[in-house]
Amino acid sequence: MIQQLTKFERRFGLVISVLVAGAGLTLIGMSEDGLLAIHGTIILAAGFIAALLTGGTIHEPEPDAKRLESYYDDPIKFGIIVSMIWAVFGMFMGVWVATLLAYPEWTFDAAWSSFGRLRPVHTTGVIFGFGGNALIATSFHVMQRTSRARMADQLSPWFVLLGYNLFCILAVSGYFMGITQSKEYAEPEWYADIWLVIVWVAYFALYMRTLARRREPHIYVANWYYLAFILVVAVLHIVNNLAVPVSFGHIKSYSAFSGVQDAMTQWWYGHNAVAFFLTAGFLGMLYYYLPKRAGRPIYSYRMSIIGFWGITFFYMWAGSHHLHFTALPQWVQTLGMTFSVMLLVPSWIAAANALLTLNGAWGKVRDDATLRFMFLAAVFYGLSTFEGSFMAIRSVNALSHYTDWTVGPVHAGALGWVALITFGSFYALVPWLWKREGMYSSKLVEVHFWLALSGTLVYVFAMWNSGVIQGLMWRTYNESGALAYSFNESMVAMHPYYIARAIGGLLFLAGAVVGFYNIWKTTKMDTVQSSVPSGDGLIADDASHSR
Amino acid sequence: MFNLHYKLEKYSIRFAVAIILVAAVGGIVEIAPLFTIDETVEQDPNMRVYTPLELAGRNIYIREGCYACHSQMIRTLRDEVERYGHYSLAVESQYDHPMLWGSKRTGPDLARVGEKYSDAWHVRHLTNPRAVVPESVMPSYTWLEKDLRTKDLGQHLAALRKVGVPYTDAMIEHAAQDAYGQANPDSDAAAGVEERYGEATHIRSFDGDSRKTSEMDALVAYLQILGRLSDAATQTPPSAAPSTAESSVTEEAPDGN
Repeated sequence: MIQQLTKFERRFGLVISVLVAGAGLTLIGMSEDGLLAIHGTIILAAGFIAALLTGGTIHEPEPDAKRLESYYDDPIKFGIIVSMIWAVFGMFMGVWVATLLAYPEWTFDAAWSSFGRLRPVHTTGVIFGFGGNALIATSFHVMQRTSRARMADQLSPWFVLLGYNLFCILAVSGYFMGITQSKEYAEPEWYADIWLVIVWVAYFALYMRTLARRREPHIYVANWYYLAFILVVAVLHIVNNLAVPVSFGHIKSYSAFSGVQDAMTQWWYGHNAVAFFLTAGFLGMLYYYLPKRAGRPIYSYRMSIIGFWGITFFYMWAGSHHLHFTALPQWVQTLGMTFSVMLLVPSWIAAANALLTLNGAWGKVRDDATLRFMFLAAVFYGLSTFEGSFMAIRSVNALSHYTDWTVGPVHAGALGWVALITFGSFYALVPWLWKREGMYSSKLVEVHFWLALSGTLVYVFAMWNSGVIQGLMWRTYNESGALAYSFNESMVAMHPYYIARAIGGLLFLAGAVVGFYNIWKTTKMDTVQSSVPSGDGLIADDASHSR
Repeated sequence: MFNLHYKLEKYSIRFAVAIILVAAVGGIVEIAPLFTIDETVEQDPNMRVYTPLELAGRNIYIREGCYACHSQMIRTLRDEVERYGHYSLAVESQYDHPMLWGSKRTGPDLARVGEKYSDAWHVRHLTNPRAVVPESVMPSYTWLEKDLRTKDLGQHLAALRKVGVPYTDAMIEHAAQDAYGQANPDSDAAAGVEERYGEATHIRSFDGDSRKTSEMDALVAYLQILGRLSDAATQTPPSAAPSTAESSVTEEAPDGN
C-alpha cells in the first residue's frame, strides 16, 4: 500500500512521523506526573512505526501513473476494518458496563476496571472509534464518487485516519488511567485535544481540495452533511475544550469556563456532538448509500435543502434542554425547548426524504437485508428525533431527566440509526471497494440484521420501562404527603431492566461480530474480473451522482 | 430561494462559510449573554474557594468518573427539594472548573451531601458500598488508601487562578502544606488552613488515619464540603430566591402528588 505513495509523499510522511515521534519524546521529557510520560510513549511508538513504514520504502520506485485515472481507495478499506474493530471493542465495553449495573462485582478488583473509568471507554469507543472511523472512511468514498475526482493527494487521507486513531487510542487508554476532563463526550485532556485539531484541519483541507477537483458542477447533498460535520465539530471541539493546563508537564487541565457557563457550553457541545457527529455525518452516508443501493434518485431536491439548513440552524439552539429546571437562566431553557420542538420539522423532512426515495423499490427492501438496514435506520432516525423533541419539553423532561429514559432514546439513535446505517453502508461498500461479486454470505447479513433489530428493541424497551418507573418513583407521594419511595427502592426496581438491557446489548454485539466476520471473509474472496460491480463507477464514466 | 441554493452549491468555500454562519447563531445568542448578564449568577461575597485538599478530592472524583452516576444539581422541583435539599443555585458552582452537574442519577444527587453522613460512613461506603447499603451497585474503591500527591497542588491553584478562581498568593504558596494540615488537626500546619480558608473549614483526619494524608482523606474532605461553600441557598427562603431560579418550588412541582 505504501508503494502507492509518490516518493515525495513518502519523504513528507517520514518527516511527519519523525515530528510525531519527537512530540512524544518531548512529552516524556516534560512529564512531571508520570502519566504524561505514558502517553508520550504511545505517541513516540506511533511516530516510530510510521517512520519505519515510510522510511523503509523511501527508495522504492515511483508508482504507476495510471493510478491517477482511478479513485484512491486504500485508506477507505483500512478505515472500514478499523471501524469494525472499534465497533466490537466499544460494544463489548458497553455490555460490560451494562452488566456492572446489575452485578457490580463482575469486574476486577482494580482501579482501571471500575464503572466510572470504563463508561467513557464505551462511549468513546463506539462514538469516536466506530462512528468516527466509519464517517471518515465513507466520506473519502463519497467525496470522490460524487465529485468524480481522485482524492487530492495520497498522504493526507492516511494522516487523517491514522492521526484520528491515535487520538482515539490516547483517549481510551487515558480513561483506564483516570485521565479525563469529565466533560461528557469531550473527556480527553488538552494535548490530545490539540492533536485532534491538527488532524481535523488536515481532514477539512483534504475535503475542500478534493471538492475543488470535482468534475461535477454541483456539490452533492451528501457532501453538505459531511462538510457540516467536519466544520461544526471543529468549532464545538475548540470552544468546549478551552482550558489551562496545570503545567506542560501535567495531564490535568482546568476548563476555562465554570458553573453555569460551563454547563451551557458543555451541553451546547454535547447536544451538537449528537447533531453534527452522530446525525449530520451519518445523514451524509444515508443520502449516498441508500439511493445507490435502492437504484433510485433522492426523492426531493427541495426537501434535501430544507432538511439540511433546518438541521444546521435549529440544532445549535437545542443544547440547553439538557438543563431544564437547573440553575441555568430560564430564558435559555425556554429557547432550547422551543428550538428542540421546531427541530422535528427538518429532522422528519430528512427522514421522509430518505423513505420516499424507497418508493418503487419496496421489493428490494423486502429481499435485500443491506437495503433493509438503511431503511430501518431511517425509521429509527425518525423515531429517535421525535422522542428527542418530545423529551425536550419541560414537563416531560421533569420526569425523564436523570433517569434511564434518556439512555433509551440515545441508544435508539445510536444503535437503531447510527450503527444500522453504518452497517448497511458497509455491506454496500465492501463488495464495491474490494471488487467482489457481493458479500461473503448474504445469509449472515440477514442474521446480523435480525440480531441488531432485536437487540435494539430489547434495549430500548428495557430503558423506557426502567426510566419511567424510576422517574415516577422519585416523585410519588404517599397519603400523608411524604415521598413514597427511598432512592434505594428505586434502584432495586431497576435490577430486572438492567439485566434485560445487558441482554439487548449482547444481541447487538453478537450482530457486530457476525458483521465483522462477514466483512473479513469478503476481503479474502476472489476479485471479480468485470470492471466494476453494481456501478461504483470509474472516474471516466461515472456520471450518475450529480444531483 | 431554491435558485439561490442552486448557485450556492456550486462553490465549496462559500458553502462552507454559509454553514459556519448559520450554525454559529444559536451558540452566540445562548452562551454569550451568560457572561454579560449580571443576574445569571447570584452574588455571594462570603463564598469560599476549595481548599487544596478538597480540590485534590474533587480531582479524584473526576478521575474515577463519579459524575457519570451522581448529579450535583438539584432541580427546582418539589420532590427533589424534599429529597435532597434546597435547589442548587448558580453561585454554588461558580468556582467549579469544570462544573459537575451531571446528567444521570444511577446513584443519588450529591449537591448537598456534605456533612449528611459521618466521615467513617463515607470511608466504609467508598471501600465497600454494599457493606453499608446492600442494594448499592457502586464500585468498591479499594485503591484510595495510597498517599495523596500534594507537591504540585500549588500549580493546580495557580492554574485555577488563571481561569478566574480568587486564590491568593499565600494560598498558592502553602498549598501542599495546607493539604497536609487539613487532614492532620494536631500538626502545626493546621492553623494555617483555618487562617487562609476560614473557621468553618473542616480540619480533621477524614479517613481516621492521621499518620498519612491519603486520597481517601481528600475525597471525603471534598464530599463533606459539597453544598457548604456558600450559604446563599440556606439563608434565602425559597420564596425570595434570586432571580435566576425565578420559578418557585411550588409552581414547578410536577403532577406527582
